[in-house]
Amino acid sequence: MHPGLGQILFISTALFFIGVYGFLTRRNLVTMLMSIELILNSVNLNFIAFNKYLWANRLDGLFFTIFIIAIAAAEAAVAIAIIINLYRSHGSIDVENAEELKY
Amino acid sequence: MDGSTIIFYILAALTLGSGLLAVTTRQIFRSAIYLLFSLIGIAGLYFWMNYDFIAAVQIVVYVGGIVVLIIFSIFLTHQTGEKLPSPTLSRQLFAALAVFCGAALILVQLYHFQYTGTTETALEPNVNNIGMQMLSTDVGGYALPFEVVSILLLAALVGCIVIALRTKPQTN
Repeated sequence: MHPGLGQILFISTALFFIGVYGFLTRRNLVTMLMSIELILNSVNLNFIAFNKYLWANRLDGLFFTIFIIAIAAAEAAVAIAIIINLYRSHGSIDVENAEELKY
Repeated sequence: MDGSTIIFYILAALTLGSGLLAVTTRQIFRSAIYLLFSLIGIAGLYFWMNYDFIAAVQIVVYVGGIVVLIIFSIFLTHQTGEKLPSPTLSRQLFAALAVFCGAALILVQLYHFQYTGTTETALEPNVNNIGMQMLSTDVGGYALPFEVVSILLLAALVGCIVIALRTKPQTN
């Protein structure tokens, strides 16, 4: 069977839930950030697949993907600045060690 | 099974396999490298769908930018050769349960939904069409989001510098 929309949507669903699994099990901020990148990538794949297979006469899915990539880059940069600052003040980037705001 | 189908399944296996390894391996540097291969697999899927420009953007921004940034931050915050602690069994179990339920829900919806696409002629996703629509101020143009996102990038740039700036100790 030639792969089409269904197969690509399966890949993006699987990638999304791989990212969710990583986000729930990891306790290290850098690896949690990596899981978020996987989730954002699965969403991008979804937008491109819908644009190609359902609304090929428009480019809106492609523009959403471009803007998501731009925002993901900004998000990663800010997150890494926060991680480095946290490492300086706490000496560790484990989320269990940064719980002053919890109570 | 023609060549295109085989390439698609190879790319899918690369993306999902290295994605799975990226969230389960206990060595953080290997995790970053697996993430790199997963992102390259997604760029390959974009190439497979003939979206050349978005595949190039994916490689330049994710592989060339974000993964390098993540590797820098790993070097700044970790001792080399140190393994991450294994997550507790109950957390693994509940995360797997949540993921299984969510994935089952989504996949059931996915294969029962009837997709009705457009029948109009396809618009070629080349750089010419993308550029014309990106900077167009007409209906359906993306000039305003383009400007907003550039302000967001500027704000992120300034914010990163302010957050990561080392504050000097107060001297009298």
